[in-house]
Amino acid sequence: MPAMRDFFQRRGKFRPEEADDDRADHHIPEDLWIKCPKCGELIYSRELAREGRVCPKCAYHFRLRARQRIAQLVDPGSFVEWHAGVRPQDPLAFADASGTYDRKLEQTQSKSGEQEALIVGRGAIDDIPVSLAVSDFEFLGASMGSVFGEKLVRAIELAAEHAEPLITVSSSGGARMHEGLFSLMQMAKTVAALARLGRAGVPHIAILTDPCYGGVTASYATVADVIIAEPGALIGFAGPRVVEQITRQKLPDGFQTAEFLLEHGMIDMIVPRPELRETIGTLLHHYARPGDRDRAAERAPLAVSHE
Amino acid sequence: MSNQTPRSAPALSAWDRVKLARHAERPHTLDYLRELARDWVELHGDRAFGDDRALIGGLATLGGETVMVLGHQKGTDTKENLARNFGMARPEGYRKAERLMRHAEKFGFPVVALIDTPGAEPGIGSEERGQATAIAESLLTMADLGTPTVAVVIGEGGSGGALAIGVADRILMLENAIYAVASPEACAAILWKDAGRAPEAAETMRITAADLAGFGIVDEVIPEPAPAHERPEEAIRAAGEAIGRHLADLRREFPAGNPEAMERLRAARYERFRRIGAWREASPAANGLESDPLLPR
Ligand SMILES: [Zn+2]
Repeated sequence: MPAMRDFFQRRGKFRPEEADDDRADHHIPEDLWIKCPKCGELIYSRELAREGRVCPKCAYHFRLRARQRIAQLVDPGSFVEWHAGVRPQDPLAFADASGTYDRKLEQTQSKSGEQEALIVGRGAIDDIPVSLAVSDFEFLGASMGSVFGEKLVRAIELAAEHAEPLITVSSSGGARMHEGLFSLMQMAKTVAALARLGRAGVPHIAILTDPCYGGVTASYATVADVIIAEPGALIGFAGPRVVEQITRQKLPDGFQTAEFLLEHGMIDMIVPRPELRETIGTLLHHYARPGDRDRAAERAPLAVSHE
Repeated sequence: MSNQTPRSAPALSAWDRVKLARHAERPHTLDYLRELARDWVELHGDRAFGDDRALIGGLATLGGETVMVLGHQKGTDTKENLARNFGMARPEGYRKAERLMRHAEKFGFPVVALIDTPGAEPGIGSEERGQATAIAESLLTMADLGTPTVAVVIGEGGSGGALAIGVADRILMLENAIYAVASPEACAAILWKDAGRAPEAAETMRITAADLAGFGIVDEVIPEPAPAHERPEEAIRAAGEAIGRHLADLRREFPAGNPEAMERLRAARYERFRRIGAWREASPAANGLESDPLLPR
C-alpha cells in the first residue's frame, strides 16, 4: 500500500515542506515568524498557537502534533494517557544501508519526543467522557505498525467496556513498511475491534486530518459512525503522485481534498478547527443515554492531569 | 499444521518467489474452480455501480457442500488482463465481495477466498468511488462474519487489496506465493526512493510463505513440489485438500446452524487477529490505568 510522506507533496499552491518547517511546540523557539504556505502571510508563532494553528488571514489549517490536538479537543485538564508503555519491536530484524529499524526508532523517538505514532487515553468533551486515539504525523509519518494497532485496539476495548464513545483523530502515510505484514494485519485487527464496539452500540467518531492515506484510511479511520474532515485535508487510498504516475492522467482540481470527499459522499462533514470541539460535543449529546452525564459527574472530578 | 520447508526447494530467493508468484501461466482463481469445484455459478455486481471482473465471486460445490468462493482474477493474455485490470480490484469489486459475504452468512455457506492481486487499483475513478472505504467496509464485514472463512494466497498477496478478502479463520499460502504490506517495488520506492531495488526489498520485507508461517500469521504452507505453473493440477489439488480439511475442522468446531457456535467462531477469529503484532511493555505503571480516577476499580 502506498505509504510515504513524500507521496503527499501537494500540487500547486500547498507545499507541505513549508508547513513542516515549524515542528512541534517543543521545537519551536518562543518568538518566530511563520509564513502561511497558502496565503504567504507572516504570522507570529504565539499568535498562530493562540489561533489553534489556523492562519488568521486565510484559515489555512497547519498540521497539529498529537498532544496539541488533544489539548484543543478535550476539556482542560481532563486527559489521562493510557498504555504509553507499549513500545515498538523489530520483528523483521529490519536493516538496510541506512541502519536498523531499532536505530531509526531511537532517532525518531528523540526527535519527536514521542515513543510511538499513536497516543491513546481518556478525556472529556463537554463533560462527556470519551476514549481518544490521536496519531502523530511527526513520528514516521504516523505510519501504522504493531504498537499503533495494539494501542488503538486497547482504546477501543476500553471504550466498549465503559460504553464511552470513541474519538479517533487520524493523519497517516499508511502502514509502516519496517514491520512488514505485521503492519498490514493491524488493519484487520483494529477493524475487528471496531466491529465489537459497534455491536456494543458505542459510537465511533472519526476525524480525518491532513494527510490521511493508505492503510489507515482503508481501515479503522473510515469505519466510523460519523466521519469529519478538516478543511483542505488531503485524504485518500493511494497518494496523488502514485495515482498520477500509474494513470498518466492529469488529476482533477481539488483531487482527494476533504471537499472532494464530501462531494463524492465519503464523509459526513467538513468542520473548521475552531468549531470542531463544539460539533463533537453536540454529536456526543445525541448519543448520550439518559443519566450518562450524571453518572460521569458522580464518578470523579475530571480535573486530574497525568503529566 | 505442516509448516515445514518443502523438500524440493533449492533455496529460492524471495525475489525468485516474487517472479513465480507473478508468473503469467500460474493458475488463477478460475483454474482452481475448474479443477476443484462443481456447479459453479458466478454472481455479478455490487448493486450500485458495476461489476468488477478483477474480483469474482459465486457459489460452488466444494468438498460436498456449497461454499461462497471469492477470488481475485488475473488474465491469461493481454486482452483478458485489460478486462480483468490485472487482478486489481476497484471499489465495486470490494463492495461485491462484501455483498457476497453477507449472502454466504445468510444461508450458512462457508466462504473460501482466493487471494491473487498486485493490490487494489490506484486510479482516479477508484478514489472518487471510495476505494479506501470499500476496503475498510469489506474488512469490517469479514472480521465479524457469522460463517466459517478460509483464505488462500495462491499468487500475489498485495497489500490492503488482498487483505480485504483475507480476514479469515484460516490463512493458507501456496509455497511460492507472496504476501506483503506493499509490493516490493512500492516498498523500495518508499524506503529508498528507488523502485529498482525491489529484489532487495523482497528479501528485507519477509514476504514468503515460510517467513509468514514462522511469524504465526499464516496457518499452513501448501507445498509446490514443482512451481504451480509447471504442474498446475498438483498445486491446485494440494490447495483443494488443504481447504477441505480446514473447512471440515471449522465445521466440526463450529457446527452450522448453531447461533452459539457462530458467536464462538466470531470470538475465535477476533482472538486470532487480536494477538498479531510485535510490541513490548515498558512498564505496567506507564499504562496510566492505575492513575485514572474515572475507571472503576
Ligand atoms: Zn494564510
